[in-house]
Amino acid sequence: MEVLTYATPLALAALGETVSQKSGVMQIGLEGILLSSALSAALVAASSGNPWLGMGAGLVTGVILALISGVFTVLWMADQVVVGTAINLAALGATGALFKMRFGGTGSLASFPSLSGGFDPFPWLTFALAGALWWVMRASSWGLVLRATGEAPKATEAAGFRAQAIRLQAMALGGAMAGLAGAYLSVGIVGSFSENMTNGRGFVAIAMVTFGRWNPLQVLAASLLIGFAESLRLTLQAQGVAAPSQLMIALPYLVALAVLVVAGKGSKGPAALGTPFRRES
Amino acid sequence: MRAVFGLVGALVLVLLLFGLPVAPSLVEIFQGSLGDQAGISRTLAKATPLLLCALGMVVAWKAGMYNIGGEGQFLVGATAAAALGGVGLPGGVLNPVMLLAAMVGGSLFAALAGWLQIRRSVPAVISTILLNFIAIQGVAWVVRGPLQRTDGTLPQTQPLKPDMMLMKFDPRFDVHTGLVYALLAAALVFIVLYRTPFGFQLRVVGSNPRVARANRIDQDRVALASMAMSGALCGLAGAVQLTGITGVLGDGFAQGWGFLGIPAALLGGLNPLGVVASSGFFAALLAGSENLARFSAGGDKLIYLMQGLAVLAYVGFKAWSDRRPTAVPEEI
Repeated sequence: MEVLTYATPLALAALGETVSQKSGVMQIGLEGILLSSALSAALVAASSGNPWLGMGAGLVTGVILALISGVFTVLWMADQVVVGTAINLAALGATGALFKMRFGGTGSLASFPSLSGGFDPFPWLTFALAGALWWVMRASSWGLVLRATGEAPKATEAAGFRAQAIRLQAMALGGAMAGLAGAYLSVGIVGSFSENMTNGRGFVAIAMVTFGRWNPLQVLAASLLIGFAESLRLTLQAQGVAAPSQLMIALPYLVALAVLVVAGKGSKGPAALGTPFRRES
Repeated sequence: MRAVFGLVGALVLVLLLFGLPVAPSLVEIFQGSLGDQAGISRTLAKATPLLLCALGMVVAWKAGMYNIGGEGQFLVGATAAAALGGVGLPGGVLNPVMLLAAMVGGSLFAALAGWLQIRRSVPAVISTILLNFIAIQGVAWVVRGPLQRTDGTLPQTQPLKPDMMLMKFDPRFDVHTGLVYALLAAALVFIVLYRTPFGFQLRVVGSNPRVARANRIDQDRVALASMAMSGALCGLAGAVQLTGITGVLGDGFAQGWGFLGIPAALLGGLNPLGVVASSGFFAALLAGSENLARFSAGGDKLIYLMQGLAVLAYVGFKAWSDRRPTAVPEEI
């Protein structure tokens, strides 16, 4: 069960990133989206007393931030890494400031309703979503257009679709999933928020997309592997195994890097990934 | 000019959004950063590591290598320098050796990410970020293990002897000779990028890979070299911060300089001279915004938000003006 607790937000975020990247947009701002939706979910859950409203707020936050970055990267054709980095910085500052202003310097906000202990469908939803995405991208017409937009946006336009619109749709869907992932981190698992609580999970999720070769089922499997690494750390620590705790904290990042080194060679992403599409007509 | 406009706009917007009084906040920021000798010194001391990291970002990003790992390279550099703290050399000799070791360490750490992208198809933008987290934990480990101070009381390295430190212009203030190194580095990076054949190749590889291929530029070699140089600058920043300000390496050593180098580099237009200006501006904001915590808890955090928004304003404005020429045919 612990594996699922850690793998669920990671997998949700990584699956959202997969959708975005399949359309040709690398969402480097994923970390910032996770952090912002974690805080918005926490605030809404705390003030309404309902964790489900919190999850909803996280989802909405994710969509809004993804669309903002979409305006810059897709419509204005700005550099995706630059915009993503700016989103991450802005989110770090905004959540840090907002959190301190509301709750003072206590460090964490620990008393709001969470899903833990009650009905929590999100791990199973994540599995279902991975399967659904796999099918949608493989077999549905929207999935075909999505993949075409990531490989050759000109072909999408030639077939009568708007490549930019498809990319914005993909980013919004990816943002919704990232928003749920962020909300799950605060409202779903622990019922607390702390400054910079995502602590690099967004970047690990981006790495999972490459590791999973842009295939939703493989991305899910990759996230489960990292979830396993993380729960292993807690188990070992609980059993008092004498390993330096710093090594254990670094383990998910080391594993992510190691699998990329092993799996990276030969795996090809969407051909137009990272390249803005300029309409000529 | 555009960058300054974006920054000031973002600053005012953020103050308004978070309900801080605009005029008094601006006065506070000015007072804290440029208002008196102590403020100016604080600004220059903060500008030193920031400028070096931003220069590091310029070298890599100009070559199209998205180095997000300034933070990790900064830490590896500082660790390499701290590891030499016990060597029995006169301080005046040891300090340059430490700086050099930091450059080598940072350089190797960044080159690893470059190599991963070139040979193993692992994008540097991902690997450098993962390496940051690994470096942070690596430092946390060495200051509790091999490099812990000899009395073992605190998780930090043995404090450096005063003669190993960079000199201060005035003992009352923080600003130190590292600032001179940083400015020299800016001049050097400018010369390498704009006045040497290698710099030309580097800019071609970054801006137009197709032309680079047509001219038989060894793109992999240039990309790897740009990462190595980038890491050397960030590593140097780490050692300069260690031997200029803190004197010890511990958990709180990573203050985000490598990370903040990215917006500074971007708003400086990825130009070494522009980066001198943007780093100075950011350093003043950092020094000044410490005072904002007086108006509201967390006010000092707003600096990150300002920088993020300023970068967005900058790229948005740039994209908008680049777009105008094509806007006419689009409407036909």
